[in-house]
Amino acid sequence: MRRALVISIPYLWLIALFLIPFGIVLKISLSDPQVSIPPYTPHLDLSAGWAGIKDFFSKLDFENFIWLTEDDLYWKAYLSSLRIAFTSTVLTLMVGFPIAYGMAQAPKEWQPTLMMLIILPFWTSFLIRVYAWMGILSTEGFLNQFLLWTGLIGAPLQIINTDWAVFIAIVYTYLPFMVLPIYATLEKLDPSYTEAALDLGCSRAQAFWSVTIPLSKSGVIAGCFLVFIPVVGEFVIPSLLGGSKTLMIGKVLWDEFFSNRDWPVASAVAVVLLLILIIPIVLFQKQQERTQEAES
Amino acid sequence: MSNDPIQPWEDSQATPLIRFENVTKRFGDFTAVDNLTLDIYEKEFFALLGASGCGKTTLMRMLAGFEQPTEGRITLGGQDIAPIPVNKRDINMMFQSYALFPHLTVADNIAFGLKRSDMPASEIAGRVEEMLKMVQLSQLAKRKPHQISGGQRQRVALARSLAKNPKVLLLDEPLAALDKKLRQETQFELMDIQEKLGTTFMIVTHDQEEAMTVASRVAVMNAGVIKQIATPDAIYERPNSAYVADFIGEVNLITGKIASGTEKSCKIAWGGGSITAQPRRKLAKGTEVRYAIRPEKIMISAKKPAATNAVRGKVHDIAYLGNISTYHVQTETGQIIKAQLANAQRLSRRSFTWEDPVWLSWTDTAGIVLTE
Repeated sequence: MRRALVISIPYLWLIALFLIPFGIVLKISLSDPQVSIPPYTPHLDLSAGWAGIKDFFSKLDFENFIWLTEDDLYWKAYLSSLRIAFTSTVLTLMVGFPIAYGMAQAPKEWQPTLMMLIILPFWTSFLIRVYAWMGILSTEGFLNQFLLWTGLIGAPLQIINTDWAVFIAIVYTYLPFMVLPIYATLEKLDPSYTEAALDLGCSRAQAFWSVTIPLSKSGVIAGCFLVFIPVVGEFVIPSLLGGSKTLMIGKVLWDEFFSNRDWPVASAVAVVLLLILIIPIVLFQKQQERTQEAES
Repeated sequence: MSNDPIQPWEDSQATPLIRFENVTKRFGDFTAVDNLTLDIYEKEFFALLGASGCGKTTLMRMLAGFEQPTEGRITLGGQDIAPIPVNKRDINMMFQSYALFPHLTVADNIAFGLKRSDMPASEIAGRVEEMLKMVQLSQLAKRKPHQISGGQRQRVALARSLAKNPKVLLLDEPLAALDKKLRQETQFELMDIQEKLGTTFMIVTHDQEEAMTVASRVAVMNAGVIKQIATPDAIYERPNSAYVADFIGEVNLITGKIASGTEKSCKIAWGGGSITAQPRRKLAKGTEVRYAIRPEKIMISAKKPAATNAVRGKVHDIAYLGNISTYHVQTETGQIIKAQLANAQRLSRRSFTWEDPVWLSWTDTAGIVLTE
């Protein structure tokens, strides 16, 4: 009995905060827009009894999902989101791996400090940090002023309102999610693996490629998923730093919801986004299970 | 051991394969290896024996190339190896943790070093097969390291480190992770393989039994210094210091003074009377000495025996070890002397028990007189 109670807590949490909200969103995505409060129809009328329930279900349809396939804005936004998420994941990996490797190689007594420095940005609000990047990347921003001062460029670069600004901010924001799992893997790695590789005739670089990289695979995969999955649905960074050409599904969703006030279409966009993300999430889970199995 | 075929250290003409010349290694303020000189010959199975922190691992890591000596030099075949990086040295190491690459199969682990050597790719598979056969693991070639047992992992590590046919193989506590039975079997296998290949083996261990079993010579290290280098039997029978005598096996150390003596024989006065012994050189009267005698060289009897050395006491404690029993006998002056008897008879028929008055006796050649 007590065991059942303990087990039930996480399930209740998931039901209350994930399954029920998802059910509501799914229901709205099958409804029709209407100028009213709330702005969709039908509503479930339990006072009408069985007939009311039947009437309610008969009015639900997949019209909004069909609409998503008819307007090319949506699939372009999905594809563009996946492309931006993929590119920024690769960039974050390229920046994050050397940082994680450097941390793991640093003297033991420095490592907690370095870890702290990686986590430190989280102490400031995410939104404020993105606004700070506007100040840095804008045409009159610090970066352009600095580059003009050094004489490297003659005219200010257009960085803000391009995909580049989005990539820079995503790499910056999501870096800890990449660094921490990779660091955790590298830090656990027995240094005698590298020594054995050197002993068997590898140069330092060969030992790194043939031993360190393959053995940090689980950390790299975990880090990539932890960056890729949230970036697909990212809304704040593209809307504040990206230009009108930066198309991401998070932005489309916001526009449908707040500008168009078309809750059913916005809900359909959200449901499809979730279905798209389920694939990498399941892959991530599988990978985590495999890692745990290999370790035990 | 005059019939031992390999005793190059006795031959003044022989040139050693490995030479440590006045090697010192410091880590900050700590001196791990202190002005150490050591020669190791070709085809030797050399054991470095010592408690943890005595510098034996540092010594081996300097030979492998993971550490550089602070002072002194190390030569391999007459050539100073200081400028040769670890991956270019003709020395391979078997790690204590084995360090088998978990992402590679057994065969790929063994091939790892060969792929980075100048061996043609066509010959690698054959060499791997040969190594697998040597350690009797041919049927496990496709397995990953986590899919085989600890003993099998140990063999893979051995095969991997021997695959490149190095001049010297270093073994860092190679059997520490195995249980006792398997360890003993593996010791004999190691000796067989070493004998067959003729490669120079250097083993680092804290297990004296292991060192004595496998090695042609044993160096006992303490605090960065080698206390004694000798064959296992010489280390055991003729230790040069109380430290070595005490470190290897069980020993009674009796402190006394030389009462009288010549080059051949001396009398040592101690709390319990006088001991007749054979010193290695003439010791002046009054010299403080320690007399070391192994428990198994002491006889126990009920009546006074007709031996050179005899002491009376009573049985204080008995440690029953199955094949032998160690008797702790308290002498009339209160000292405890350990004596071992083989349990040739069933326990119920044991001749001595607690509190029995007994005589301990030994010959004048049984013990050794130590001045260090």
